[in-house]
Amino acid sequence: MSPASRTEPAAWRPSASLDALRARAAALGRIRAFFARAGVLEVETPALSRHATTDPSLTPFATRYRGPGHARGLTLYLHTSPEFPMKRLLAAGSGPVYQICRVFRNAERGPRHSPEFSLLEWYRPGFRLEDLMDEVAALVQTLAGRPLAVEHHRYGALFREHLGLDPHRADSAALAAAARAQGLEIRLEARDAWLDLLMSHCIEPRLPADRLCFVRDYPASQAALARIRAGDPPVAERFELFLGGMELANGFHELADPREQRRRFEEENRRRRQALPLDTHLLAALDAGLPDCSGVALGLDRLLMWLLGEDRIERVQAFAFEDA
Amino acid sequence: MIEVFFSIYCFGDAMASYNTNEFRGGLKIMLDGDPCVIIENEFVKPGKGQAFNRVKIRNLKTGRVVEKTFKSGESVEAADVVERELQYLYSDGSEWHFMDPESFEQYAADAKAMGDAAKWLKDQDLCTVTLWNGSPLIVEPPNFTVLEITDTDPGLKGDTSGGGGKPATLETGAVVRVPLFVQTGERIKVDTRSGEYVSRVKD
Repeated sequence: MSPASRTEPAAWRPSASLDALRARAAALGRIRAFFARAGVLEVETPALSRHATTDPSLTPFATRYRGPGHARGLTLYLHTSPEFPMKRLLAAGSGPVYQICRVFRNAERGPRHSPEFSLLEWYRPGFRLEDLMDEVAALVQTLAGRPLAVEHHRYGALFREHLGLDPHRADSAALAAAARAQGLEIRLEARDAWLDLLMSHCIEPRLPADRLCFVRDYPASQAALARIRAGDPPVAERFELFLGGMELANGFHELADPREQRRRFEEENRRRRQALPLDTHLLAALDAGLPDCSGVALGLDRLLMWLLGEDRIERVQAFAFEDA
Repeated sequence: MIEVFFSIYCFGDAMASYNTNEFRGGLKIMLDGDPCVIIENEFVKPGKGQAFNRVKIRNLKTGRVVEKTFKSGESVEAADVVERELQYLYSDGSEWHFMDPESFEQYAADAKAMGDAAKWLKDQDLCTVTLWNGSPLIVEPPNFTVLEITDTDPGLKGDTSGGGGKPATLETGAVVRVPLFVQTGERIKVDTRSGEYVSRVKD
């Protein structure tokens, strides 16, 4: 488990095989061809921003600019996803856009996590969530070179099927009891943390590994940047794609309401130990008008892991985090 | 500043603790009052959600392996568990006595800590002893030991048809299967992990 105990002969050597690196390059080529055919524009947006995500589950790296214009220095954050500037492009009339970029997330390291990894993120004006899920499936099948079975699930139905409870209504005590019944002894405070525990420990492992499993209609409390569809219960218009036992992609029917966006930023910031500068440019762009769109971020390294049958992320990255 | 405070709090105190970020195979922690060793540690985190450390742990008292999930960032009490090479001295019937050959400090292990080790030990053998709060928790005999056969059936000499061997009692009381040609009074090498005969030893 410990990366230091790997048996590779020397730390200077790549952590991925040359074959894996060739497969990676080929996949990038096919992704670009896929989006060129679909008329989606490739863009690049800043990795360094004076604003940060307020999502309490993400920890951005902060760094310092000092130079012309900022003699005393300016704190900048490495992006955890290119979402905000891509939405500014959409508001400026870019039409459909995609981006392949390195993103940075502090405090995350494991077989499927690296503090530095590649996201493929794209936005489709006029697409409903269903349209975008179809396109995600088409892209993965193109890269796999074969058709794959597709399954659609609703978050609530999965909890009812596997745990016999309603995740939209059950309180923390009921979720804690369900966890105990599954042999999970742990202390958690937030209701959403209990949902995350049950989802990651009791439901995800039971999803078929060889099919594209889309899970949608997340609890409204886990909407992140997705719209919330009114109803009883209200649900987040958000989906996740699971494949090979891994969470591969996360998609939203994108929130476009600037007031609701500000409210969520501020609410998230209150839950953080230290508030982060919220993206006023994004709020201004939403004010100017974000076209009705759906967007998705796909973990490129994990997709490659699945394509190549690797179980550690550094086997598809040129160099492991530990040897970077 | 926060980190400095954290270190002092965790390690300047009598009760040391580990943050989940320090988890790795071999780390000794306390779980429900028992000393345990981490076998495997996996970081699990939904893209938009709570991070966990999913750990496979061996309870050092019972030997049982269990899975346990911690909230990432949580601190867990460290177990005061160390391994020492100790020399076996003698048994008084209820306890087995050992000595640290460097410090000459003596330790007494009970039958539970000895487990199967007792039947392989003779004076002066060096054992790997796991100490918990300074007391022997697990005693591991040397992987190989040489012992004299005190009793085995001689009548089977020359009979090579069975091939399955015969039982032999060793000087420590242990019984192992030996080839038919091995006789009482001979010394043999035994693998204590499997309890199997390895070879005859000629002086």
